[in-house]
Amino acid sequence: MIAALMALLACQVAGELVARLLGLPIPGPVIGTILMFALLLARGKVPGALRDVARGLLTNLSLLFVPAGVGIVQHLDRIRGEWVGILAALVGSTVLTMLVAVFVFRLVSRLSGADREDA
Amino acid sequence: MIPIPPVIEDVWVYLSTTPLLWLTATLAAFLAGQWLFERSGRRPLVNPVAIAVVLLIVLLKATGTTYQTYFDGAQFVHFLLGPATVALAVPLHQNFGAVRRAALPMLAALLAGSVTAVVSAVAIALAFGVSLETMRSLAPKSVTTPIAMGIAEKIGGIPSLTAVMVIITGIIGAMTVTPLMNLLRVGDWRARGFAAGVASHGIGTARAFQVNEVAGTFAGIAMALNGIATAIMAPLLISLLG
Repeated sequence: MIAALMALLACQVAGELVARLLGLPIPGPVIGTILMFALLLARGKVPGALRDVARGLLTNLSLLFVPAGVGIVQHLDRIRGEWVGILAALVGSTVLTMLVAVFVFRLVSRLSGADREDA
Repeated sequence: MIPIPPVIEDVWVYLSTTPLLWLTATLAAFLAGQWLFERSGRRPLVNPVAIAVVLLIVLLKATGTTYQTYFDGAQFVHFLLGPATVALAVPLHQNFGAVRRAALPMLAALLAGSVTAVVSAVAIALAFGVSLETMRSLAPKSVTTPIAMGIAEKIGGIPSLTAVMVIITGIIGAMTVTPLMNLLRVGDWRARGFAAGVASHGIGTARAFQVNEVAGTFAGIAMALNGIATAIMAPLLISLLG
């Protein structure tokens, strides 16, 4: 388990280094994901311990957003003043984005024949 | 007010300054949220993140604790977001065949979803007459927090307000994706997950992993790609939209 955690952290560190050295607008962890993926491709299979740690983290992913979410407390005044517009924009735009994305995905999947392999 | 015995006050003064208390409170609030979610029969509208956030805010207000003090403890949970993001490579690798075959639909849905997310948020906000600062802060709301905050800075928004918009958007996505997709009768887990990730980043991805691993994998890819696409596109769109 320690080796698996080490591997995740090492990829994140490498990602941060790449992002900073190259001045990329992409966060270090996202580059770290790409590095980890490249390592797994090269290795051919996922070590059991890494699979377990990854599953543990991803199963509880929503917990990790709670501390940032509590940050709402710093902006309560502004939100109180503009909450109708903010809520309308966030709900409307989020639902619309999901509708557009799922529609385009299904359409292109059918047209390009990417559906066939699912059968 | 009821007088507080000095012993309790001493204990409070000690505990409230250690990371221990707020770390424990964060886990407890989330467990309460999950318990309610299970008790409701796993209804998506009973969102554990939203419940935990509300409980913690009430607790902070009741005890007069600042967000800074709270975060000193909660940062240990927050820190794990980095390694968890890297861990997305594991399901990505395990489902790589399905991902590779869906390259074209993903690219198309990414472009359409990314533009829709920014343009519709700005248009609705302006229609409701929100301030320019708030509008600019919510434009990048569909992408993961660090990228969204960077974009907000570039386009004249308030980064810490953007972080809040991002979290609320994630909760809205997690609450609505399952009922919406069931209503549309979309049975394709790839498409369902990808839509959740494009519209509502990591919290949508977390929700997708709860439902189906393939959906979670596609949501994770959508989140990463949309972060990059929006970082390039949002500043251009905002300068066009005013």
